[in-house]
Amino acid sequence: MTNTTLEITKLAYRWPGRAGFSLIVPHLSVAQGESLLLLGESGSGKSTFLSLICGTILPDKGRVDIAGTDIAALSGGVRDKVRAEQIGVIFQQFNLLPFGSVMDNILLPLHFAPARRKRAADATTEASQLCAALGLPAGVTSAKATTLSVGQQQRVAVARALIGQPPLIIADEPTSALDANSQVAFLDLLFEQANTHNTSLLMVSHDARLGERFDRVIRMEDIAQIERAAA
Amino acid sequence: MILRLAIASLFARALTVGMTILAIALSVALFLGVEKVRTGAKASFADTISGTDLIVGARSGSVQLLLYSVFRIGNATNNVTWKSYQDIAARSDVDWIVPISLGDSHRQFRVMGTTQAFFRHYKYRQGRSLAMSNGTIMDDLFDTVIGADVATTLSYSVGDPIIVAHGLASFTEHKDQPFRVSGILEKTGTPVDRTVIVSMQAIEAIHVDWQSGAQVPGQSTPVDVIRNMELTPTAITAALVGVESPLQTFALQRAINQYPEEPLLAILPGVALQELWGIVGIAETALLAVSAMVVVTALIGMMATIFSSLNERRREMAIFRAMGARPFTILSMLVLEAMVMAALGALFGVVLLYIGLIIAQPILDSTFGLWLPITAPTLREVWVILGVICAGAIVSLVPALRAYRMSVADGMIVKT
Repeated sequence: MTNTTLEITKLAYRWPGRAGFSLIVPHLSVAQGESLLLLGESGSGKSTFLSLICGTILPDKGRVDIAGTDIAALSGGVRDKVRAEQIGVIFQQFNLLPFGSVMDNILLPLHFAPARRKRAADATTEASQLCAALGLPAGVTSAKATTLSVGQQQRVAVARALIGQPPLIIADEPTSALDANSQVAFLDLLFEQANTHNTSLLMVSHDARLGERFDRVIRMEDIAQIERAAA
Repeated sequence: MILRLAIASLFARALTVGMTILAIALSVALFLGVEKVRTGAKASFADTISGTDLIVGARSGSVQLLLYSVFRIGNATNNVTWKSYQDIAARSDVDWIVPISLGDSHRQFRVMGTTQAFFRHYKYRQGRSLAMSNGTIMDDLFDTVIGADVATTLSYSVGDPIIVAHGLASFTEHKDQPFRVSGILEKTGTPVDRTVIVSMQAIEAIHVDWQSGAQVPGQSTPVDVIRNMELTPTAITAALVGVESPLQTFALQRAINQYPEEPLLAILPGVALQELWGIVGIAETALLAVSAMVVVTALIGMMATIFSSLNERRREMAIFRAMGARPFTILSMLVLEAMVMAALGALFGVVLLYIGLIIAQPILDSTFGLWLPITAPTLREVWVILGVICAGAIVSLVPALRAYRMSVADGMIVKT
């Protein structure tokens, strides 16, 4: 059993429709329980990189191993399944389905991940516990997602990413919509929960000030090259 | 849970979804309503005459005979002699026979000479008899019974005088022999409503001074002289016949068709009605086609609604994708959503139809004599509902496939 949650080897991806542009990542690995901050300006290819890790787009070359499975070699449906089982995703904002309750939103990934559902023996109880641990008010689970503040919504997104204990959490600038105080509080809670569950955390941001909390900080340009073919 | 979320998503867009459902409901109600009117009209049409086994007239076509004898449309090519009539009436297999004499009119309505037996034997809508709404059956030679439409159109009441015109749309009137309205029939929804009924003798009486279709100049027989005359008709236009036993119908029909002294034609009213409906039925098919187009339009409207919702729901689909939903799940959700809308629309449409029927039934019956029975949904209607749901699923595939492609291309990262 490997203790590497994410390992990327010789990955190459060419953007469709933009002839000659390609993203090349020679190597990147994230160990179990490790937290990694990936810094990159907009246009550095980090969104594409995240899509490659999540398996919603397929690299032209190379391997993307998630908990020991090379998803680049899998078919679309199976990749979606691996994402559901192994990865918790937190977006920048608008994480939640506005028409669902908080509970609906937290339980959503379990619907696509039977193994993760099994791990969360009593899913609703676990969801409530996560909410409490993330400092959300009691009884929040039955509220409509849209009635929550932005900060609360981001914390619900953390609960959703953590439920059923996937080995990897990917967060795409989750604090950019929050003010400075909320950012600190949010990151405290996120790290606390990630440590408790020994979950690897890969966060993407353009804000270098967040770096001190992470085990490792990498700049996008250090691991990846964007190549423009000689025109 | 996905189903619940899909329904919650529909509720979140209640206004546009509600409008879409309403459009489908109205179109389905219209379609089923047309279907109801169509079958109702067909049944009413087939019920124009019942209880009569054979209609006898001069030899022509069966539809033509039916048209002029029952619907009072067009004219007889020839008459049936009184002797032939009596020969048929004398047969042992004939239970009853009612003569009909046509050819005169009153304003825009046809005048029909017949006997009192007509009121006993003429049946419509599965065996209903004619009933008087006012007055009595004609008793005197110059009495007349008028149909409900005649009474309302010309605002006649019992006791009013009527002058019958010779022929149709004619200016020569039988002024010398005015009639009196003795009774008004109840509305039947059959051509009887538009008929002025007099006795056979009365038809003879008004033609006493006439020869070859024109009044003999200067000749005017006083009414009291006419009353004392022998008014046996020389010819009739047609006759309604009832047989002793239904088994004898075909034998009697053959016997009349082969009547040696005169070329006659006997028809089965049901068969002739079917034949006639085959001709007018094209219009109803056209009507049905138009209302089917309305349903298609409503479904295309739904397709447009789903299309326009795709952009605002990109985020929603990205969330589903990030949580591990396959693009196919996105597609299924949209198709499912369309099916839910179509199903709700169809069911609501059925409800609208029944509400409409309950309101319109008495109005249609009294105004048009069109009786629409309120029954439980037929198998055909169930098929229509299922068809609408399936069609909804099919048209929704167009936006759903677009959403599929979008969710494959977007993945989980949507720039907002």
